[in-house]
Amino acid sequence: MKSICLCFEINQPFHFKKYRFFDIGSEHYYYDDYTNETSIRRISDLCYLPANKILLELIKKYKNKFKISFSITGTALEQFKLYAPDVLDSFKMLAKTGQVEFLSETFSHSLSSLRDKDLFAGQIKKHDDIIENIFGKRPSVFRNTDLIYNDKTGAIVADLNFKGMLAEGPKEKTEWKSPNFLYNNALNPKLKIFLRNAGLSDDLSIRFSNKSWSDYPLTADKYVKWMDDDSNSEIFNLFINYETLGYTQTESSGIFDFIKKLPEFVFNSNSLKFATPSEIIKEYKSVSSVNVPETISSREEEKNLTELMGNEMQKEAFNKLYDLSNQMKMVKDPDMIRDWNYLQESDHFGYMCTKTFSEGTFQNSHNPYENPFDAFINYMNVLNDFKLRLDTFAPENKTEQKDKALPPLLKEKDKKIKENTSQLKKNGSQINNKRKKKNIKAKK
Amino acid sequence: MKVLMFGWEFPPHISGGLGTACYGLTNGLSKLGDVDVLFIVPKAYGDEDQSKISLMGANQVIFRKKKLHFSGSSNTVNCLEVGSNLIPYVGEEEYQKLSKKKYLANSHFVETDEKGLINFTGCYGVNLFDEIDKYAIVAEKIARDNQCDVIHAHDWLTFPAGIAAKKVSGKPLVIHVHSTDFDRSGGRVNSKVYDIEKKGMDVADHIIAVSNMTKNIIIKRYGINPEKVSVVYNAVDSICIKEKSCIKKGLTDRIVTFMGRITTQKGPEYFIEAANMVLKKMRNVRFVMAGSGDLMNRMVIRAAELGITDKFHFTGFLKGDEVMEMLQMTDVLVMPSVSEPFGIVPLEAMQSNVPVIISYQSGVSEVLKYALKVNYWDTFAMADAIYGLLNYPSIWNLFMKEGKEEVDRLKWANSAKNVRNIYLKLLNKKI
Repeated sequence: MKSICLCFEINQPFHFKKYRFFDIGSEHYYYDDYTNETSIRRISDLCYLPANKILLELIKKYKNKFKISFSITGTALEQFKLYAPDVLDSFKMLAKTGQVEFLSETFSHSLSSLRDKDLFAGQIKKHDDIIENIFGKRPSVFRNTDLIYNDKTGAIVADLNFKGMLAEGPKEKTEWKSPNFLYNNALNPKLKIFLRNAGLSDDLSIRFSNKSWSDYPLTADKYVKWMDDDSNSEIFNLFINYETLGYTQTESSGIFDFIKKLPEFVFNSNSLKFATPSEIIKEYKSVSSVNVPETISSREEEKNLTELMGNEMQKEAFNKLYDLSNQMKMVKDPDMIRDWNYLQESDHFGYMCTKTFSEGTFQNSHNPYENPFDAFINYMNVLNDFKLRLDTFAPENKTEQKDKALPPLLKEKDKKIKENTSQLKKNGSQINNKRKKKNIKAKK
Repeated sequence: MKVLMFGWEFPPHISGGLGTACYGLTNGLSKLGDVDVLFIVPKAYGDEDQSKISLMGANQVIFRKKKLHFSGSSNTVNCLEVGSNLIPYVGEEEYQKLSKKKYLANSHFVETDEKGLINFTGCYGVNLFDEIDKYAIVAEKIARDNQCDVIHAHDWLTFPAGIAAKKVSGKPLVIHVHSTDFDRSGGRVNSKVYDIEKKGMDVADHIIAVSNMTKNIIIKRYGINPEKVSVVYNAVDSICIKEKSCIKKGLTDRIVTFMGRITTQKGPEYFIEAANMVLKKMRNVRFVMAGSGDLMNRMVIRAAELGITDKFHFTGFLKGDEVMEMLQMTDVLVMPSVSEPFGIVPLEAMQSNVPVIISYQSGVSEVLKYALKVNYWDTFAMADAIYGLLNYPSIWNLFMKEGKEEVDRLKWANSAKNVRNIYLKLLNKKI
C-alpha cells in the first residue's frame, strides 16, 4: 500500500504597526491589533472554520482511515487564543478524533535554526509545551520554518529526540532522490526525513485554479489516479499551506469539493491509504540516507534562503536581532519574552526581500508594507526600542562595567567633598579669629 | 532627419532641470547618427564655456549661431541664440521685476531686420507675453531659413514659437511637456499660461510627457486625446569618476540635503518640518537647503522659529560644480516635491552614490525602485525615512550600490530612441 501523507501548515505572524523612529524610547507596544484581528477573522471565516468542519466530517465518515496532520506555529495559536477561540476549539475537536497528528514547529516560525542550537531548541520546546497543553500530546515529528533543512539541522533535531523531520525536496539539492520514499538524516540515521512532493503539493496550492494550466480543472478523480498509477513510489508527501483551502484557492475554485471527494477516490483505489508521519515512520523503512550539506527551503523557485537572507538589510536585521540573545537569557519579564518571540518571526525578514520586489511580484496578500525598505526601517525601529528596554533589564557588558565602577568613584568624590568642607570650616574659623582680633583692635 | 528644436535654456546656463534635460536629449539624439538637431534658445548670458562652443553670428542683431560638439559623436548640434530676455521659471510679475532691475541696462532694442519682415517696436522686457510673441516671430523666420522635417518645442514658453514654425513650414510639431502650470503654480493656474499650453497641445501633432503623472494631467486638465500623448522618461548622463573630485567636508556630521528651487512646487516646508523631527532624536546630523526661490525668506524664518538654525543651513543658488560638490558631501537627498513632472536631481544624486527620498508626487518615482518614497505631506514618514537611512547602515549601503546601478541603466540614448520613434511615426503618417 502507498501512503498519502497530507500535512497542513498554519502560521500567522503578529504584524507590527507603523512604528516611527520618534516612538523609540517612548512607545513600547509594537502590534497592529486591528490588522491582526481582522486578518485572523478573515482567514478563519474563509478557511480555518469551513475547512475544519469538512475535515471533521470526513474523519467521522472514514473512521480510522482518513488521517491528516497539522503543524501550527505558536504565534498562530496565540492569535487564535486572542482573536479566534472558536478556531482553537475546532482544532481541539479534530485532535480528539485521534486521526490527526500535530507536528512540532518553532514557536515563532523563526529562523533560529540558522543561528544557534540553544535558541533553536528553546523555540521548539516552547512550541511543543503549548501543543501538549492544548491538544494533550507531545509532537514527535518536526517541521521547520519554510521547511528549512540541512544535515546539521537534522542532527540537532535528532538530538532533541524527534523521530522524523519534514523537508523540502528540490531534486538537484537532495541527490536527485525521489520524494516518494522515506529517508534518514545523513549524520544521524535515527531521524527519518520526509521530502515534500512539490509537484503534487503545488498542484493544489498554486495551480489548482489556474485556467491556463494544462490539467485544469483538477478533479479528485484525476489527482488520485496519478498516485494510483505510480507504481514506483511508497509515500506521497503533500505538504500544503492550510490557507490553500478556501483562502488562496477560494471556495468558488471548487477546492472544498475536491477535498470532500478526495478520500472516496483514495479508498476506491485499492493501492492508496492515508497515514500520518508517525505512522509512516513505524510502517516504512528508510531506503537510504539523504545528503543535504546546503540549506534548502520551500521558498520560491530557488529553494534556498535568498528570499529570507539574501540582501544586506535582511542580514543586518537578523544579526542585530540575534546579537541580543545572550542578554535575553537573563530576562524573565513576560512582555519582553513575548516581544522577543514575535520579533523572530520569519515573515518580517520575508517582507524585506528585494529579489521578488525587483521582479515585480513583491506583494502577497499578507504583506502590509509597500516595499521592502519600509519593512526594514519599521522593523529596525521596533528592534531599537526593544534593545533600549533590554538594556534596562539586562545591561550589556560595557554599561555593566560602568555601573560597577560607579560606587567607588562616588566614594572617592564623597571623600574629597568631606576634605574640602573640613578645609572650608578651618578657613572659616581662621577668618573669624582674625575678625575678632580686628574688632578688639578697633575697640581699643 | 532634421529637427528644429525650440528650448529656453541650455547648459551651462540652467536654472533647473529643463536645460539639463534638453542637453541630455539632444546629446542622445545626435549620437543616434541620423538625427540633426538645430537647437534654438533665447538669448542667454554671454559667458558660456566657449571651449566647446563656437559662436557664429547668424544675424547681426538677433541671431547668433553656435556649434556644439558632443564628445563621442560625429554629429554637431547647431544652436541658435535668439536675442531675448526670456528667463525660465518666472512668472510675469517676477519677470518685470527682474528685467527692470538687472537687465534693463544691457538689454538691446530690436528694430527690424534687413528685409524689414519682422517689426519689433517698443521697449524690451515690458511684458513676458510680448516676449513669447516675439520669440514666435523670430521662430517663424528661423523656420523659413532652415529646412527641417520635424519641429520639437520644449515647454510652454516655446509653444507659440513651435506653432509659428509649424505654420510656416507645414512640418509636424512635437511638443515636449516637462511641466504644466498645474505643477508650477500649486493649483493657482494662470489662465494666460494655460491658454498657451492648451493651444500648443491642441495644435501639436504629438505630445511627449516626461511621466505618466504628467500625461494624466495633459489628458484630464487639458482635455487631450490620450492616443496623442506618449511618455518618454528623462535620464541622466553617466559621469566619469575622474570628474568627481574628492571633497572632504569639514564636519563629521551626516548631511541631509534638499536641492532645488525654494518654491511651493518643491515642498521645502515639509523638509524643514521633517528635519525638526529628526533633530529631536539625533544631533550628529545637519540639514542643507540648497537653492533659491520666493519661499526662501519664509523658510529661514521657519527654521529660526523651530530653533534649529544651528543645524539647518541655506546655501543659496548653486551653480554647475557647486551642485556636484554639494552632492559629494551629502549623505541623503530629499526631494519632497508637491508636484514634480519628472525630477532629475534624484538621479544625479544616485549617480554620486547618494541614497534618495522622493515624493510619490514625482514622475521619477515611476522609474525608480531603489529610492524611499513618501507622500510629500507626510512629514512623519519623511522623517522616519531620513532617520532610517542614517541609522541603519545596511539599507544605506544597499541604496548606494543598487541605486547607482539602477540609475546607470537609465540612459539618454534610450530616451532619444523613443523620441526618434515618435518622429518616425509622425513622418510616416505624413507620407
